[in-house]
Amino acid sequence: MASAAADDAGQLTLDVEFSGGLEMLFSDQRRHSLVLPAKDQDGKPSTIASLIHHLCEHVMKDTRKELFVLQDHLRPGILVLINDADWELEGEEEYELKSGDNILFVSTLHGG
Amino acid sequence: MDYIENLRREIAQREAELQDLRARLVKAEAEKSTAESDKDRSLNGEAWKWPLEEHEYERYSRQMIVPNFGLKGQLNIKNAKVLLVGAGGLGCPAAAYLAGAGVGTLGLVDGDAVEVSNLHRQVAHSTARVGMMKVDSAVAYLKGLNPTITYHAHATHLTPQNAEEIVSQYDVVLDCTDHPTSRYLISDICVLLSKPLISASAFQTSGQLIVLNNPPGRGPCYRCVFPKPPPPESVVGCGEGGIVGPVVGVMGVLQALEAIKLLVRGDHHHRLKSVDGTEEEEDGQKQVGMLLFSGMGDVPFRTVRMRGKRKGCFACAGDDSALTLAELKNSMDYVQFCGVNEPVKLLRPEERISVAEYERISREKRAHVLLDVREKEHFELCSIPGSVNVPISRFTARREGMGLDGLIPGGELLPPDAPIYVVCRVGNDSQIAAKKLKDWGVDRDGERFVGDVLGGLRAWKDGVDPSLPFI
Repeated sequence: MASAAADDAGQLTLDVEFSGGLEMLFSDQRRHSLVLPAKDQDGKPSTIASLIHHLCEHVMKDTRKELFVLQDHLRPGILVLINDADWELEGEEEYELKSGDNILFVSTLHGG
Repeated sequence: MDYIENLRREIAQREAELQDLRARLVKAEAEKSTAESDKDRSLNGEAWKWPLEEHEYERYSRQMIVPNFGLKGQLNIKNAKVLLVGAGGLGCPAAAYLAGAGVGTLGLVDGDAVEVSNLHRQVAHSTARVGMMKVDSAVAYLKGLNPTITYHAHATHLTPQNAEEIVSQYDVVLDCTDHPTSRYLISDICVLLSKPLISASAFQTSGQLIVLNNPPGRGPCYRCVFPKPPPPESVVGCGEGGIVGPVVGVMGVLQALEAIKLLVRGDHHHRLKSVDGTEEEEDGQKQVGMLLFSGMGDVPFRTVRMRGKRKGCFACAGDDSALTLAELKNSMDYVQFCGVNEPVKLLRPEERISVAEYERISREKRAHVLLDVREKEHFELCSIPGSVNVPISRFTARREGMGLDGLIPGGELLPPDAPIYVVCRVGNDSQIAAKKLKDWGVDRDGERFVGDVLGGLRAWKDGVDPSLPFI
Protein backbone atom coordinates (compact mmCIF):
# COMPACT_ATOMS: atom_id res chain seq x y z
CA MET A 1 0.00 0.00 0.00
CA ALA A 2 1.24 3.44 -0.81
CA SER A 3 1.27 5.61 2.24
CA ALA A 4 -1.62 8.04 2.41
CA ALA A 5 0.69 10.92 1.62
CA ALA A 6 -0.76 14.33 2.24
CA ASP A 7 -1.85 16.07 -0.93
CA ASP A 8 -0.65 19.41 0.35
CA ALA A 9 1.55 19.79 -2.72
CA GLY A 10 -1.48 19.12 -4.93
CA GLN A 11 -0.19 15.63 -5.65
CA LEU A 12 -1.79 12.21 -5.28
CA THR A 13 0.22 9.10 -4.55
CA LEU A 14 -1.41 6.02 -6.07
CA ASP A 15 -0.66 2.35 -5.93
CA VAL A 16 -1.48 1.02 -9.40
CA GLU A 17 -1.38 -2.70 -10.21
CA PHE A 18 -1.80 -4.73 -13.38
CA SER A 19 -2.57 -8.43 -13.64
CA GLY A 20 -4.00 -11.13 -15.88
CA GLY A 21 -1.44 -10.28 -18.60
CA LEU A 22 -1.90 -6.48 -18.66
CA GLU A 23 1.48 -6.04 -16.98
CA MET A 24 2.97 -6.96 -20.36
CA LEU A 25 1.93 -3.50 -21.63
CA PHE A 26 3.59 -1.77 -18.68
CA SER A 27 7.20 -2.96 -18.83
CA ASP A 28 6.27 -6.36 -17.35
CA GLN A 29 5.92 -4.64 -13.99
CA ARG A 30 2.89 -5.57 -11.90
CA ARG A 31 3.05 -2.74 -9.44
CA HIS A 32 3.61 0.96 -10.10
CA SER A 33 3.70 3.70 -7.51
CA LEU A 34 2.49 6.82 -9.32
CA VAL A 35 2.26 10.47 -8.44
CA LEU A 36 -0.55 12.35 -10.18
CA PRO A 37 -1.67 15.99 -9.91
CA ALA A 38 -4.70 16.21 -7.63
CA LYS A 39 -6.49 18.42 -10.20
CA ASP A 40 -6.65 18.10 -13.96
CA GLN A 41 -5.92 21.02 -16.31
CA ASP A 42 -9.49 22.28 -15.93
CA GLY A 43 -9.05 22.45 -12.17
CA LYS A 44 -11.34 19.47 -11.58
CA PRO A 45 -10.34 16.66 -9.23
CA SER A 46 -8.40 13.87 -10.96
CA THR A 47 -10.54 10.82 -11.72
CA ILE A 48 -10.02 7.28 -12.93
CA ALA A 49 -10.44 8.69 -16.46
CA SER A 50 -7.47 11.01 -15.80
CA LEU A 51 -5.48 8.06 -14.49
CA ILE A 52 -6.22 5.98 -17.61
CA HIS A 53 -5.15 8.90 -19.78
CA HIS A 54 -1.96 9.33 -17.73
CA LEU A 55 -1.18 5.61 -17.98
CA CYS A 56 -1.53 5.69 -21.77
CA GLU A 57 0.53 8.84 -22.20
CA HIS A 58 3.30 8.36 -19.66
CA VAL A 59 3.48 4.84 -18.28
CA MET A 60 2.65 2.43 -21.10
CA LYS A 61 5.80 1.36 -22.90
CA ASP A 62 4.00 -0.57 -25.61
CA THR A 63 2.46 0.89 -28.76
CA ARG A 64 -0.44 -1.59 -28.68
CA LYS A 65 -2.68 0.91 -26.90
CA GLU A 66 -5.76 -0.88 -28.27
CA LEU A 67 -5.07 -3.71 -25.83
CA PHE A 68 -5.88 -1.25 -23.02
CA VAL A 69 -8.08 1.49 -24.44
CA LEU A 70 -10.67 1.44 -27.24
CA GLN A 71 -12.39 4.64 -28.41
CA ASP A 72 -11.07 6.60 -25.42
CA HIS A 73 -12.48 4.13 -22.91
CA LEU A 74 -11.07 1.09 -21.23
CA ARG A 75 -11.47 -1.90 -23.52
CA PRO A 76 -14.11 -4.55 -22.68
CA GLY A 77 -12.62 -7.46 -20.74
CA ILE A 78 -10.67 -5.33 -18.26
CA LEU A 79 -11.91 -4.99 -14.70
CA VAL A 80 -10.97 -2.01 -12.58
CA LEU A 81 -10.88 -2.47 -8.83
CA ILE A 82 -10.71 0.57 -6.60
CA ASN A 83 -9.42 -0.49 -3.18
CA ASP A 84 -10.62 -4.04 -3.93
CA ALA A 85 -14.11 -3.02 -5.09
CA ASP A 86 -15.46 -3.14 -8.65
CA TRP A 87 -15.25 0.40 -10.06
CA GLU A 88 -18.95 0.15 -10.98
CA LEU A 89 -19.66 0.43 -7.24
CA GLU A 90 -17.58 3.60 -7.08
CA GLY A 91 -18.71 5.62 -10.09
CA GLU A 92 -16.49 4.11 -12.79
CA GLU A 93 -14.45 6.67 -14.74
CA GLU A 94 -15.88 9.51 -12.66
CA TYR A 95 -14.45 8.24 -9.37
CA GLU A 96 -12.33 10.97 -7.79
CA LEU A 97 -8.93 9.65 -6.81
CA LYS A 98 -7.66 9.94 -3.28
CA SER A 99 -4.08 9.72 -2.14
CA GLY A 100 -3.24 6.18 -1.09
CA ASP A 101 -5.83 4.55 -3.37
CA ASN A 102 -5.03 1.13 -4.72
CA ILE A 103 -6.20 0.76 -8.31
CA LEU A 104 -6.01 -2.70 -9.85
CA PHE A 105 -6.50 -3.36 -13.56
CA VAL A 106 -7.25 -7.04 -14.27
CA SER A 107 -7.77 -8.65 -17.61
CA THR A 108 -10.61 -11.20 -17.65
CA LEU A 109 -9.41 -14.74 -18.14
CA HIS A 110 -11.21 -17.30 -20.30
CA GLY A 111 -9.04 -20.40 -20.29
CA GLY A 112 -9.90 -23.57 -18.47
CA MET B 1 0.19 -45.73 -38.34
CA ASP B 2 -3.42 -46.86 -38.70
CA TYR B 3 -2.55 -50.17 -37.09
CA ILE B 4 -0.98 -48.43 -34.08
CA GLU B 5 -3.89 -46.00 -33.85
CA ASN B 6 -6.39 -48.86 -33.93
CA LEU B 7 -4.50 -50.75 -31.25
CA ARG B 8 -4.46 -47.64 -29.06
CA ARG B 9 -8.15 -47.13 -29.50
CA GLU B 10 -8.91 -50.75 -28.78
CA ILE B 11 -6.80 -50.73 -25.62
CA ALA B 12 -8.48 -47.53 -24.44
CA GLN B 13 -11.86 -49.08 -25.15
CA ARG B 14 -11.07 -52.29 -23.25
CA GLU B 15 -9.59 -50.36 -20.35
CA ALA B 16 -12.73 -48.31 -20.10
CA GLU B 17 -14.80 -51.50 -20.18
CA LEU B 18 -12.61 -53.06 -17.49
CA GLN B 19 -12.89 -49.96 -15.35
CA ASP B 20 -16.64 -50.03 -15.81
CA LEU B 21 -16.77 -53.72 -14.80
CA ARG B 22 -14.70 -53.00 -11.69
CA ALA B 23 -16.96 -50.11 -10.80
CA ARG B 24 -20.03 -52.32 -11.25
CA LEU B 25 -18.42 -54.95 -9.05
CA VAL B 26 -17.78 -52.46 -6.26
CA LYS B 27 -21.32 -51.17 -6.55
CA ALA B 28 -22.79 -54.67 -6.56
CA GLU B 29 -20.68 -55.59 -3.53
CA ALA B 30 -21.86 -52.50 -1.69
CA GLU B 31 -25.46 -53.32 -2.51
CA LYS B 32 -24.99 -56.95 -1.54
CA SER B 33 -23.51 -56.02 1.80
CA THR B 34 -26.36 -53.61 2.38
CA ALA B 35 -28.85 -56.32 1.37
CA GLU B 36 -27.18 -58.85 3.66
CA SER B 37 -27.14 -56.43 6.55
CA ASP B 38 -30.81 -55.76 5.85
CA LYS B 39 -31.44 -59.50 5.83
CA ASP B 40 -29.54 -60.02 9.07
CA ARG B 41 -31.48 -57.24 10.58
CA SER B 42 -34.83 -58.45 9.33
CA LEU B 43 -34.00 -61.88 10.78
CA ASN B 44 -33.48 -60.05 14.04
CA GLY B 45 -36.74 -58.24 13.39
CA GLU B 46 -35.26 -54.79 12.85
CA ALA B 47 -35.18 -52.65 9.71
CA TRP B 48 -32.24 -50.39 8.59
CA LYS B 49 -33.06 -47.31 10.53
CA TRP B 50 -30.44 -44.80 9.36
CA PRO B 51 -31.05 -42.22 6.64
CA LEU B 52 -27.94 -43.05 4.58
CA GLU B 53 -26.87 -46.48 3.44
CA GLU B 54 -24.24 -48.28 5.45
CA HIS B 55 -21.43 -47.88 2.89
CA GLU B 56 -22.13 -44.15 2.70
CA TYR B 57 -21.34 -43.65 6.36
CA GLU B 58 -18.01 -45.30 5.73
CA ARG B 59 -17.24 -43.29 2.60
CA TYR B 60 -18.39 -39.84 3.67
CA SER B 61 -18.04 -39.75 7.46
CA ARG B 62 -14.81 -37.69 7.37
CA GLN B 63 -16.63 -34.75 5.78
CA MET B 64 -19.93 -35.29 7.60
CA ILE B 65 -18.36 -34.77 11.01
CA VAL B 66 -17.04 -31.35 10.05
CA PRO B 67 -18.93 -28.66 12.01
CA ASN B 68 -21.98 -27.37 10.10
CA PHE B 69 -21.65 -30.02 7.38
CA GLY B 70 -23.39 -32.88 9.12
CA LEU B 71 -25.88 -35.48 7.97
CA LYS B 72 -28.12 -32.82 6.49
CA GLY B 73 -25.28 -31.52 4.35
CA GLN B 74 -24.55 -35.01 3.10
CA LEU B 75 -28.21 -35.63 2.28
CA ASN B 76 -28.32 -32.35 0.35
CA ILE B 77 -25.23 -33.42 -1.60
CA LYS B 78 -26.61 -36.88 -2.21
CA ASN B 79 -29.86 -35.53 -3.58
CA ALA B 80 -28.17 -32.98 -5.83
CA LYS B 81 -27.53 -33.10 -9.55
CA VAL B 82 -24.50 -31.11 -10.65
CA LEU B 83 -23.46 -30.37 -14.24
CA LEU B 84 -19.88 -29.61 -15.27
CA VAL B 85 -19.53 -28.00 -18.67
CA GLY B 86 -16.00 -28.81 -19.80
CA ALA B 87 -13.99 -31.87 -18.77
CA GLY B 88 -10.59 -30.20 -19.01
CA GLY B 89 -8.22 -28.45 -16.62
CA LEU B 90 -11.02 -27.09 -14.42
CA GLY B 91 -13.58 -29.85 -14.94
CA CYS B 92 -11.28 -32.77 -14.05
CA PRO B 93 -10.31 -31.71 -10.53
CA ALA B 94 -13.77 -30.24 -9.86
CA ALA B 95 -15.47 -33.48 -10.91
CA ALA B 96 -13.07 -35.58 -8.84
CA TYR B 97 -13.87 -33.75 -5.61
CA LEU B 98 -17.60 -33.65 -6.30
CA ALA B 99 -17.67 -37.37 -7.07
CA GLY B 100 -15.59 -38.05 -3.98
CA ALA B 101 -17.99 -35.99 -1.87
CA GLY B 102 -20.94 -38.07 -3.04
CA VAL B 103 -22.94 -35.73 -5.28
CA GLY B 104 -25.84 -37.98 -6.31
CA THR B 105 -25.72 -37.25 -10.03
CA LEU B 106 -22.80 -35.74 -11.90
CA GLY B 107 -23.15 -34.69 -15.54
CA LEU B 108 -20.24 -33.84 -17.82
CA VAL B 109 -20.48 -32.01 -21.15
CA ASP B 110 -17.54 -31.93 -23.55
CA GLY B 111 -17.25 -32.57 -27.28
CA ASP B 112 -13.45 -32.99 -27.35
CA ALA B 113 -11.21 -36.03 -27.22
CA VAL B 114 -8.24 -36.48 -24.87
CA GLU B 115 -4.87 -35.31 -26.22
CA VAL B 116 -1.43 -35.93 -24.75
CA SER B 117 -0.95 -32.17 -24.28
CA ASN B 118 -3.95 -32.16 -21.89
CA LEU B 119 -2.45 -34.59 -19.41
CA HIS B 120 -0.22 -32.23 -17.39
CA ARG B 121 -3.35 -30.63 -15.96
CA GLN B 122 -6.44 -32.65 -16.85
CA VAL B 123 -5.94 -35.15 -14.08
CA ALA B 124 -8.93 -37.40 -14.75
CA HIS B 125 -7.57 -38.51 -18.11
CA SER B 126 -4.67 -40.85 -18.75
CA THR B 127 -2.10 -41.75 -21.36
CA ALA B 128 -3.96 -44.98 -22.07
CA ARG B 129 -7.14 -43.03 -22.83
CA VAL B 130 -5.69 -40.57 -25.36
CA GLY B 131 -8.12 -40.34 -28.26
CA MET B 132 -11.16 -41.24 -26.17
CA MET B 133 -13.93 -38.67 -25.69
CA LYS B 134 -13.06 -36.57 -22.62
CA VAL B 135 -16.42 -37.24 -20.97
CA ASP B 136 -15.99 -41.01 -21.30
CA SER B 137 -12.41 -40.87 -20.07
CA ALA B 138 -13.41 -38.72 -17.10
CA VAL B 139 -16.34 -40.98 -16.19
CA ALA B 140 -14.02 -44.02 -16.33
CA TYR B 141 -11.73 -42.26 -13.82
CA LEU B 142 -14.59 -41.05 -11.64
CA LYS B 143 -16.18 -44.51 -11.45
CA GLY B 144 -12.87 -45.80 -10.14
CA LEU B 145 -13.00 -43.10 -7.48
CA ASN B 146 -16.65 -43.48 -6.56
CA PRO B 147 -18.75 -46.16 -8.28
CA THR B 148 -21.77 -45.55 -6.07
CA ILE B 149 -23.09 -42.37 -7.71
CA THR B 150 -24.74 -41.74 -11.09
CA TYR B 151 -22.83 -40.24 -14.01
CA HIS B 152 -24.17 -38.77 -17.24
CA ALA B 153 -21.70 -38.26 -20.09
CA HIS B 154 -22.87 -35.73 -22.69
CA ALA B 155 -20.32 -36.18 -25.49
CA THR B 156 -21.07 -32.91 -27.26
CA HIS B 157 -20.31 -29.23 -26.99
CA LEU B 158 -23.00 -27.19 -25.30
CA THR B 159 -24.93 -25.31 -28.01
CA PRO B 160 -27.92 -22.96 -27.97
CA GLN B 161 -29.90 -25.89 -29.38
CA ASN B 162 -29.02 -28.54 -26.76
CA ALA B 163 -28.45 -26.27 -23.74
CA GLU B 164 -31.99 -26.33 -22.36
CA GLU B 165 -32.38 -30.08 -22.68
CA ILE B 166 -29.06 -30.77 -20.92
CA VAL B 167 -28.96 -28.06 -18.25
CA SER B 168 -32.59 -28.55 -17.16
CA GLN B 169 -31.67 -31.99 -15.76
CA TYR B 170 -29.43 -30.45 -13.07
CA ASP B 171 -29.58 -28.22 -9.97
CA VAL B 172 -26.21 -26.44 -10.14
CA VAL B 173 -23.83 -25.73 -13.04
CA LEU B 174 -20.04 -25.34 -13.10
CA ASP B 175 -18.57 -23.42 -16.03
CA CYS B 176 -15.28 -25.20 -16.72
CA THR B 177 -14.99 -24.09 -20.36
CA ASP B 178 -12.29 -22.08 -22.05
CA HIS B 179 -13.88 -19.45 -24.29
CA PRO B 180 -16.12 -16.36 -23.93
CA THR B 181 -18.69 -17.82 -26.37
CA SER B 182 -19.45 -20.75 -24.07
CA ARG B 183 -19.28 -18.54 -20.96
CA TYR B 184 -22.09 -16.25 -22.23
CA LEU B 185 -24.18 -19.22 -23.39
CA ILE B 186 -23.85 -21.04 -20.05
CA SER B 187 -24.70 -17.91 -18.08
CA ASP B 188 -27.77 -17.19 -20.24
CA ILE B 189 -29.17 -20.70 -19.95
CA CYS B 190 -28.54 -20.73 -16.17
CA VAL B 191 -30.47 -17.47 -15.83
CA LEU B 192 -33.35 -18.80 -17.94
CA LEU B 193 -33.53 -22.10 -16.04
CA SER B 194 -32.81 -20.59 -12.58
CA LYS B 195 -29.61 -22.52 -11.88
CA PRO B 196 -26.79 -21.14 -9.74
CA LEU B 197 -23.55 -20.97 -11.76
CA ILE B 198 -20.03 -21.40 -10.45
CA SER B 199 -17.68 -19.91 -13.00
CA ALA B 200 -13.89 -20.19 -13.02
CA SER B 201 -11.12 -19.51 -15.49
CA ALA B 202 -7.36 -19.75 -15.64
CA PHE B 203 -4.52 -18.66 -17.88
CA GLN B 204 -0.75 -19.03 -17.53
CA THR B 205 -0.30 -18.42 -13.77
CA SER B 206 -3.58 -16.62 -12.90
CA GLY B 207 -7.11 -17.68 -12.10
CA GLN B 208 -10.52 -16.12 -11.40
CA LEU B 209 -13.60 -17.48 -9.66
CA ILE B 210 -17.09 -16.04 -9.23
CA VAL B 211 -20.46 -17.49 -8.20
CA LEU B 212 -23.20 -16.13 -10.43
CA ASN B 213 -27.00 -16.12 -10.44
CA ASN B 214 -27.03 -17.22 -6.81
CA PRO B 215 -29.64 -17.31 -5.53
CA PRO B 216 -31.23 -17.49 -8.98
CA GLY B 217 -32.78 -14.19 -9.97
CA ARG B 218 -31.00 -12.30 -7.21
CA GLY B 219 -27.29 -12.54 -7.88
CA PRO B 220 -25.62 -10.98 -10.93
CA CYS B 221 -25.11 -13.07 -14.08
CA TYR B 222 -22.01 -13.19 -16.31
CA ARG B 223 -23.48 -10.43 -18.48
CA CYS B 224 -24.04 -8.16 -15.45
CA VAL B 225 -20.33 -8.40 -14.68
CA PHE B 226 -19.08 -8.49 -18.29
CA PRO B 227 -21.75 -6.85 -20.46
CA LYS B 228 -19.45 -6.61 -23.49
CA PRO B 229 -17.26 -9.45 -24.71
CA PRO B 230 -13.53 -8.78 -24.97
CA PRO B 231 -12.22 -8.04 -28.47
CA PRO B 232 -11.39 -11.41 -30.08
CA GLU B 233 -7.73 -10.51 -30.60
CA SER B 234 -7.31 -10.18 -26.83
CA VAL B 235 -8.54 -13.75 -26.25
CA VAL B 236 -5.60 -16.14 -26.12
CA GLY B 237 -6.20 -19.82 -25.36
CA CYS B 238 -4.17 -22.14 -23.18
CA GLY B 239 -2.83 -23.85 -26.31
CA GLU B 240 -1.15 -20.64 -27.38
CA GLY B 241 -0.45 -18.79 -24.13
CA GLY B 242 0.17 -21.75 -21.86
CA ILE B 243 -1.12 -22.81 -18.44
CA VAL B 244 0.59 -24.17 -15.33
CA GLY B 245 -1.19 -27.36 -14.20
CA PRO B 246 -1.67 -26.61 -10.49
CA VAL B 247 -2.94 -23.10 -11.27
CA VAL B 248 -5.96 -24.37 -13.18
CA GLY B 249 -6.16 -27.26 -10.71
CA VAL B 250 -6.53 -24.85 -7.78
CA MET B 251 -9.35 -23.07 -9.58
CA GLY B 252 -11.19 -26.34 -10.35
CA VAL B 253 -10.84 -27.48 -6.74
CA LEU B 254 -12.20 -24.11 -5.56
CA GLN B 255 -15.19 -24.54 -7.88
CA ALA B 256 -15.90 -27.92 -6.27
CA LEU B 257 -15.66 -26.27 -2.84
CA GLU B 258 -18.10 -23.51 -3.84
CA ALA B 259 -20.50 -26.16 -5.15
CA ILE B 260 -20.26 -28.16 -1.92
CA LYS B 261 -20.82 -25.00 0.17
CA LEU B 262 -23.83 -24.10 -1.91
CA LEU B 263 -25.32 -27.60 -1.68
CA VAL B 264 -24.66 -28.04 2.04
CA ARG B 265 -26.33 -24.70 2.73
CA GLY B 266 -29.17 -25.73 0.46
CA ASP B 267 -29.06 -22.54 -1.66
CA HIS B 268 -30.41 -24.44 -4.64
CA HIS B 269 -33.62 -25.21 -2.73
CA HIS B 270 -34.20 -21.63 -1.60
CA ARG B 271 -34.80 -19.88 -4.86
CA LEU B 272 -36.26 -16.62 -3.63
CA LYS B 273 -35.64 -16.52 0.09
CA SER B 274 -32.55 -15.05 1.65
CA VAL B 275 -30.24 -17.96 2.19
CA ASP B 276 -27.50 -16.77 4.45
CA GLY B 277 -26.27 -13.81 6.35
CA THR B 278 -24.13 -12.34 3.60
CA GLU B 279 -24.22 -8.72 2.69
CA GLU B 280 -27.24 -7.59 0.73
CA GLU B 281 -27.89 -4.31 -0.99
CA GLU B 282 -30.92 -2.25 -0.06
CA ASP B 283 -33.09 -3.53 -2.86
CA GLY B 284 -32.47 -7.12 -1.79
CA GLN B 285 -29.94 -7.80 -4.52
CA LYS B 286 -26.88 -9.76 -3.79
CA GLN B 287 -23.38 -8.44 -3.99
CA VAL B 288 -20.76 -10.99 -4.73
CA GLY B 289 -17.05 -11.41 -4.37
CA MET B 290 -14.68 -12.46 -7.11
CA LEU B 291 -11.59 -14.39 -6.17
CA LEU B 292 -8.42 -13.53 -8.00
CA PHE B 293 -5.62 -16.07 -7.82
CA SER B 294 -2.14 -15.10 -8.79
CA GLY B 295 0.11 -18.14 -8.76
CA MET B 296 3.32 -16.12 -9.03
CA GLY B 297 2.25 -12.92 -7.26
CA ASP B 298 3.20 -11.73 -3.77
CA VAL B 299 -0.42 -12.13 -2.66
CA PRO B 300 -1.74 -15.38 -4.12
CA PHE B 301 -5.40 -14.96 -3.14
CA ARG B 302 -7.37 -11.75 -3.24
CA THR B 303 -11.13 -11.28 -3.05
CA VAL B 304 -12.66 -8.21 -4.58
CA ARG B 305 -16.20 -6.87 -4.17
CA MET B 306 -18.23 -7.02 -7.38
CA ARG B 307 -21.41 -5.29 -8.44
CA GLY B 308 -24.84 -6.84 -8.05
CA LYS B 309 -27.37 -7.33 -10.84
CA ARG B 310 -27.26 -4.82 -13.68
CA LYS B 311 -30.49 -2.93 -14.35
CA GLY B 312 -31.72 -3.75 -17.82
CA CYS B 313 -29.34 -6.70 -18.18
CA PHE B 314 -29.82 -8.40 -21.54
CA ALA B 315 -30.27 -11.80 -19.89
CA CYS B 316 -31.48 -11.34 -16.32
CA ALA B 317 -33.42 -8.05 -16.26
CA GLY B 318 -36.49 -10.13 -15.39
CA ASP B 319 -38.87 -8.07 -17.56
CA ASP B 320 -40.22 -8.26 -21.11
CA SER B 321 -36.96 -7.01 -22.57
CA ALA B 322 -34.94 -9.96 -21.26
CA LEU B 323 -33.83 -12.94 -23.30
CA THR B 324 -36.27 -15.86 -23.59
CA LEU B 325 -35.60 -19.57 -23.98
CA ALA B 326 -37.02 -19.53 -27.50
CA GLU B 327 -34.74 -16.64 -28.48
CA LEU B 328 -31.72 -18.37 -27.01
CA LYS B 329 -32.45 -21.52 -28.96
CA ASN B 330 -33.44 -19.97 -32.27
CA SER B 331 -31.68 -16.69 -32.72
CA MET B 332 -28.64 -16.35 -30.49
CA ASP B 333 -25.30 -16.46 -32.28
CA TYR B 334 -22.65 -16.48 -29.56
CA VAL B 335 -19.76 -16.75 -32.01
CA GLN B 336 -20.88 -13.62 -33.79
CA PHE B 337 -21.53 -11.85 -30.47
CA CYS B 338 -17.98 -12.51 -29.29
CA GLY B 339 -16.45 -11.81 -32.70
CA VAL B 340 -14.04 -13.84 -34.76
CA ASN B 341 -10.33 -13.23 -34.81
CA GLU B 342 -9.66 -12.04 -38.36
CA PRO B 343 -6.23 -12.83 -39.79
CA VAL B 344 -3.94 -9.78 -39.95
CA LYS B 345 -3.74 -8.20 -43.42
CA LEU B 346 -0.95 -5.65 -43.25
CA LEU B 347 1.38 -6.79 -46.02
CA ARG B 348 0.76 -7.00 -49.76
CA PRO B 349 1.15 -10.42 -51.44
CA GLU B 350 4.51 -9.38 -52.95
CA GLU B 351 5.79 -8.60 -49.46
CA ARG B 352 5.20 -12.20 -48.34
CA ILE B 353 7.16 -15.32 -49.31
CA SER B 354 6.15 -18.96 -49.00
CA VAL B 355 7.97 -21.46 -46.81
CA ALA B 356 9.20 -23.25 -49.94
CA GLU B 357 10.72 -19.99 -51.18
CA TYR B 358 12.42 -19.37 -47.88
CA GLU B 359 13.74 -22.91 -47.86
CA ARG B 360 15.35 -22.29 -51.29
CA ILE B 361 16.80 -18.94 -50.14
CA SER B 362 18.32 -20.51 -47.04
CA ARG B 363 20.02 -23.21 -49.19
CA GLU B 364 21.56 -20.58 -51.49
CA LYS B 365 23.41 -19.14 -48.49
CA ARG B 366 23.08 -15.54 -49.63
CA ALA B 367 23.33 -12.90 -46.90
CA HIS B 368 19.93 -12.44 -45.28
CA VAL B 369 18.31 -12.40 -41.86
CA LEU B 370 15.39 -14.46 -40.64
CA LEU B 371 13.76 -12.84 -37.60
CA ASP B 372 11.55 -15.07 -35.46
CA VAL B 373 9.21 -12.80 -33.48
CA ARG B 374 7.60 -15.41 -31.20
CA GLU B 375 8.13 -15.17 -27.45
CA LYS B 376 11.43 -16.62 -26.31
CA GLU B 377 9.79 -19.59 -24.57
CA HIS B 378 8.29 -20.64 -27.91
CA PHE B 379 11.57 -20.02 -29.75
CA GLU B 380 13.54 -22.13 -27.28
CA LEU B 381 11.39 -25.17 -28.01
CA CYS B 382 12.14 -25.17 -31.73
CA SER B 383 13.02 -22.79 -34.52
CA ILE B 384 14.13 -22.60 -38.14
CA PRO B 385 17.95 -23.04 -38.38
CA GLY B 386 19.77 -19.71 -38.47
CA SER B 387 16.80 -17.65 -37.31
CA VAL B 388 17.28 -14.88 -34.75
CA ASN B 389 14.74 -14.39 -31.95
CA VAL B 390 13.40 -10.87 -31.43
CA PRO B 391 10.03 -11.14 -29.62
CA ILE B 392 7.15 -9.08 -31.01
CA SER B 393 7.01 -6.97 -27.83
CA ARG B 394 10.38 -5.45 -28.83
CA PHE B 395 8.74 -4.15 -32.01
CA THR B 396 5.68 -2.78 -30.26
CA ALA B 397 7.67 -1.17 -27.44
CA ARG B 398 7.45 2.59 -27.66
CA ARG B 399 10.67 4.18 -28.80
CA GLU B 400 11.43 6.70 -31.48
CA GLY B 401 13.65 6.15 -34.51
CA MET B 402 14.19 2.49 -33.77
CA GLY B 403 16.44 0.80 -36.30
CA LEU B 404 17.93 -2.55 -37.05
CA ASP B 405 21.03 -2.07 -34.89
CA GLY B 406 19.12 -2.02 -31.66
CA LEU B 407 17.18 -5.15 -32.57
CA ILE B 408 19.79 -7.56 -33.89
CA PRO B 409 23.30 -7.87 -32.51
CA GLY B 410 25.62 -6.89 -35.38
CA GLY B 411 22.72 -5.56 -37.45
CA GLU B 412 24.81 -2.64 -38.63
CA LEU B 413 27.27 -5.05 -40.32
CA LEU B 414 24.58 -6.48 -42.57
CA PRO B 415 24.93 -5.52 -46.28
CA PRO B 416 22.42 -2.71 -47.01
CA ASP B 417 20.59 -4.82 -49.58
CA ALA B 418 20.50 -8.07 -47.58
CA PRO B 419 16.85 -9.08 -47.30
CA ILE B 420 15.08 -9.44 -43.98
CA TYR B 421 12.39 -12.07 -43.53
CA VAL B 422 10.15 -12.21 -40.49
CA VAL B 423 8.49 -15.38 -39.21
CA CYS B 424 6.13 -16.17 -36.32
CA ARG B 425 3.77 -18.96 -35.31
CA VAL B 426 1.06 -18.65 -37.98
CA GLY B 427 1.79 -15.42 -39.87
CA ASN B 428 0.07 -12.57 -38.02
CA ASP B 429 2.71 -11.01 -35.74
CA SER B 430 5.28 -11.42 -38.51
CA GLN B 431 3.31 -8.91 -40.59
CA ILE B 432 3.14 -6.44 -37.72
CA ALA B 433 6.91 -6.70 -37.20
CA ALA B 434 7.72 -6.39 -40.93
CA LYS B 435 5.47 -3.34 -41.17
CA LYS B 436 7.29 -1.73 -38.22
CA LEU B 437 10.67 -2.34 -39.84
CA LYS B 438 9.41 -0.62 -42.99
CA ASP B 439 8.01 2.28 -40.97
CA TRP B 440 11.46 2.68 -39.44
CA GLY B 441 13.01 2.81 -42.92
CA VAL B 442 14.89 -0.47 -42.58
CA ASP B 443 13.90 -1.34 -46.18
CA ARG B 444 15.93 1.68 -47.37
CA ASP B 445 13.18 2.79 -49.76
CA GLY B 446 13.04 -0.57 -51.47
CA GLU B 447 16.77 -1.27 -51.73
CA ARG B 448 16.31 -4.03 -49.17
CA PHE B 449 13.47 -6.57 -49.21
CA VAL B 450 11.57 -6.66 -45.93
CA GLY B 451 8.71 -9.13 -45.72
CA ASP B 452 7.37 -12.13 -43.88
CA VAL B 453 7.07 -15.89 -44.25
CA LEU B 454 3.47 -16.74 -45.09
CA GLY B 455 1.84 -19.11 -42.62
CA GLY B 456 4.76 -19.04 -40.17
CA LEU B 457 6.17 -22.03 -38.34
CA ARG B 458 2.93 -23.94 -38.88
CA ALA B 459 3.38 -23.78 -42.67
CA TRP B 460 7.09 -24.62 -42.24
CA LYS B 461 6.18 -27.79 -40.36
CA ASP B 462 3.51 -28.73 -42.91
CA GLY B 463 5.60 -27.97 -45.98
CA VAL B 464 9.29 -28.25 -45.10
CA ASP B 465 10.23 -29.82 -41.78
CA PRO B 466 7.62 -32.12 -40.24
CA SER B 467 10.08 -32.88 -37.43
CA LEU B 468 9.38 -29.55 -35.67
CA PRO B 469 8.26 -30.82 -32.27
CA PHE B 470 6.05 -27.90 -31.29
CA ILE B 471 4.00 -25.15 -32.92
